[in-house]
Amino acid sequence: MALPTVIALAYLLSAALFILGIKRLSHPDTAPGGNRLAAIGMLLAVAATLLDRQILGFTWIIIGIAAGGLIGLVMAKTVKMTEMPQMVAVFNGFGGAASGLVAVAELLRVSGVGEPISVDAGVSIMAGTLIGAVTFSGSMVAYGKLQGIVSGDAVQNPLLRIVAILLALGSLGAAVYLVGVDIDLTVYWALVGAALVLGVLFVIAIGGGDMPVVVALLNSYSGLAASAAGFVLGNNGLIISGALVGASGLILTSIMCRAMNRSLANVLFSAFGSATGSAAGGDDGDRVATSIEAADTAMILGYASQVVFVPGYGLAVAQAQHKIRELADLLTARGVGVRYCVHPVAGRMPGHMNVLLAEANVPYEQLCEPDDVNPNMEDIDVAVVVGANDVVNPLARDDPSSPIAGMPIIECDRAKTSIVIKRSLSAGYAGIDNPLFYRPNNRMYFGDAAEALAAIAEEVKQL
Amino acid sequence: MTGTLLVGLYVFVLAMFVGFEIITKVPPKLHTPLMSGSNAISGISIVGALLVVGAGESPLMRWIGLAALIMATINVVGGFLVTDRMLQMFKSKDAG
Repeated sequence: MALPTVIALAYLLSAALFILGIKRLSHPDTAPGGNRLAAIGMLLAVAATLLDRQILGFTWIIIGIAAGGLIGLVMAKTVKMTEMPQMVAVFNGFGGAASGLVAVAELLRVSGVGEPISVDAGVSIMAGTLIGAVTFSGSMVAYGKLQGIVSGDAVQNPLLRIVAILLALGSLGAAVYLVGVDIDLTVYWALVGAALVLGVLFVIAIGGGDMPVVVALLNSYSGLAASAAGFVLGNNGLIISGALVGASGLILTSIMCRAMNRSLANVLFSAFGSATGSAAGGDDGDRVATSIEAADTAMILGYASQVVFVPGYGLAVAQAQHKIRELADLLTARGVGVRYCVHPVAGRMPGHMNVLLAEANVPYEQLCEPDDVNPNMEDIDVAVVVGANDVVNPLARDDPSSPIAGMPIIECDRAKTSIVIKRSLSAGYAGIDNPLFYRPNNRMYFGDAAEALAAIAEEVKQL
Repeated sequence: MTGTLLVGLYVFVLAMFVGFEIITKVPPKLHTPLMSGSNAISGISIVGALLVVGAGESPLMRWIGLAALIMATINVVGGFLVTDRMLQMFKSKDAG
């Protein structure tokens, strides 16, 4: 068999390993093996590429792999689970940038040869450049927002929107010119610059609480960028792998949107949550939120038979995942049935809360979804809301005029008792008041989530 | 449109469908590992980066290729390792 055929078959095999690997991610028992299978697929693809005759020297390859491998290793080993969204954003950005640079290099090679560029190659290169650049700069802004370097508020300004539209049209025009008329490097670099700015404008317009959607969408883009690089190189292995990731990101994006009952366009362009506090008066005097202290909370929890914890982003901020598990263990030891109900958009990326709870050794079986809990909510003695707000807001169900109307919620207000651990009565990300706080069967525990859970656990020990 | 591009499009569309099929089966609890794992797979452009660096047609191309290679390697190595780290957390409870 000729060498190119062997290499092509190796790419096919590696794509098959990716598919098998992702398939195994559907259960926690098979998932680690699936991930390793995908890693083997990647190793195979790299090994096959090194056989390619185009490769003349290995010095720079060794330098690049050693440097990248070391950085990747350190990042993966040291990142905190609460910071996982930032890290995935960075990796998305790097993947997008790598794909984009492959397209840039191909354009430079073609233009260096001086031949006219074929339309096929040109379109692939332009698509790769645009998607790669937008993915890179967008992911970097997402990282900045998640890390708190850039303000998490949605930056919305009609002028910026016009600039974004002009840039988008301009880069499309430039792409058409480059492919159809002439490869002018000045025009090409302008296109790269415009695409980078476009990525920044795209993400700064989106608020912190909508980050799960953005991270998922950028994940999809990084896959599409890899596919585009595959079209540039005429490599089906890249096309398949990129398409898998593109599909994965799209599915997660649509799941996140559905979990908020909002369209993707609404998430991307509506500046949701930027007008914080305006509607959150809480001034009507007849509504009283009843507060509760650790001892009484412990009493209620300790003598309950079914308890559901509802964690939100506040749990991650307070790093309280271990504290919640310690409390749950004490309760379990007393014969209390404990589960955790995680809303799909809780946290800053899909599945974020589940990872934190898994880190704290919460058994996989105790993690459940709103649909598992809501139908039998009346049987739940206590629903404990920790650092979540909008996802338990009954207005989503009761008030069709509410901004979050129709968003599926965890209906804690239907539990026999609900306890909300929160710093204050302030509104959540959506900027709207939460009537749950004022229900007769609700108690407010004011304080930091980690301290509150620790104090309650101490009291439970005394029972 | 040439045959190569056409075949590429066929492959792309079919692979998207395969992706939709297998990924909808992943439960929400495992969505973060799914993301970081699929993210590592998108580092497949390491293949393209290797070719650019290895061919080393000009100093500029080499630098571009090297930047692409470093970033793609970070994406691949970091992505698979951190996914493994997370999945071990999900798994550990079944044993004890």
